[in-house]
Amino acid sequence: MNANHPVSSQTNTSEESKKMLIAMVSIGIFCALLIVLVYEGSKERIDRLRTEALEKAVFKVLPGISNTRMFLLGADGNFTPVEAPDGKNPVVYAGYDDAGELLGVAIEASGQGYADVIRILYGYDLHSQTLVGFYVLESKETPGLGDKIEKDENFLANFKALSVKLGPESTRVQNRVIPVKQGGKSNPWEVEGITGATISSRAIGNIIGESSSVMVPLIYNQTERFKEYAQNNFSKQ
Amino acid sequence: MSTRITNNTDKKSEPSSTDEFIKGLWRENPVFVQVLGMCPVLAVSNTAQNALAMGLATAFVLLMSNILVASLRNFIPKQVRIASFILIIATFVTIVDYAIQAISVDLHKNLGAFISLIVVNCLILSRAEAFASKNTLGKSIMDALGMGVGFVFALFCLGAVRELLGNGSLFDVAIFPESFQEWIIMILPAGGFFTLALWLVVFNYFKVKKAKG
Repeated sequence: MNANHPVSSQTNTSEESKKMLIAMVSIGIFCALLIVLVYEGSKERIDRLRTEALEKAVFKVLPGISNTRMFLLGADGNFTPVEAPDGKNPVVYAGYDDAGELLGVAIEASGQGYADVIRILYGYDLHSQTLVGFYVLESKETPGLGDKIEKDENFLANFKALSVKLGPESTRVQNRVIPVKQGGKSNPWEVEGITGATISSRAIGNIIGESSSVMVPLIYNQTERFKEYAQNNFSKQ
Repeated sequence: MSTRITNNTDKKSEPSSTDEFIKGLWRENPVFVQVLGMCPVLAVSNTAQNALAMGLATAFVLLMSNILVASLRNFIPKQVRIASFILIIATFVTIVDYAIQAISVDLHKNLGAFISLIVVNCLILSRAEAFASKNTLGKSIMDALGMGVGFVFALFCLGAVRELLGNGSLFDVAIFPESFQEWIIMILPAGGFFTLALWLVVFNYFKVKKAKG
């Protein structure tokens, strides 16, 4: 390591290590700068695309709405309108029509699929008390098989009028949403699966069943809160 | 890779830039002849669109890393070359990842984990090590372009066949009539092996024929 060492081979090694160090460090710094540059350059657009994708999804799962607002479900079980999610508490998206009338609520839910956690969004229609839309936000399901949950028309038809009608006391769902085999649907609260994507399609049925049995009664009993927001914020014509 | 068929019209030992480009397309096609980078080839070639996107992403990383490796080839000490190459490749893979997210959320959703896996694609490292670190910038660019286009072409060949037989469609447009019974196995990893084997048979048939004639 001593540069004044008389043996020349020592000097060579030390110089060589210096060269290696310089090369690795400078390449490292250059690469890091490049990544930071691209990250900063694309961050805004990526965030915008993500928000857009989520918003588009809200409009997809709640047909007929023209306005949407994010509500946060607090620890006390009450919904409050917010600008952005806090990352801890679940959020829902209330959908309003042109006149500011509350039509339904889009609910985000997630659960274990075949490959990884599946994140979905589904739409709850207050008037008919049914789930009227379904969209996969994030999934790593097997391409060509498990990802049929996003494309299979027969499967998606489950979510045109999936019953989540509340019981007489309005505190719980009368019949919890459950998955059944393909061709085995006989009740309006059953989700018909896909042959060839059994695990993924069952997972969706279970995720919705679990989430809706909690969220639907909560939302239904706080309808006034969602309506109140519209009265204060959307001008009526 | 050590023996190169020389072009008669050129100097015997020095293949031209065009030749560097052409060899990747056919004679040394990275997938069908060198059989390199099999992980994405088998995994994401289940539809034509995924195959094309994956091929383009890989080709971009290949081109950029070849450019950087060739320009820095006299600066990088021999002992740390592999580490440096990996660093450079990983950087461009990260950039591609951001770029794809910025282009389309859906596309990023489809390619998933395989974008990050470009970093361990041996095709890219092998071109950096076997070619770009020993050749000029111009030649390395031609080499990367040739290999990149060859890779995209090969992936597309696989993706098109698998989507056509496994889903009855091409680029999500239905080709076969409704009554067509899809070969689900073609979408599965096993179908990737079958399709690859078939294409290899085709390529070797031509190779043998050419050698005889």
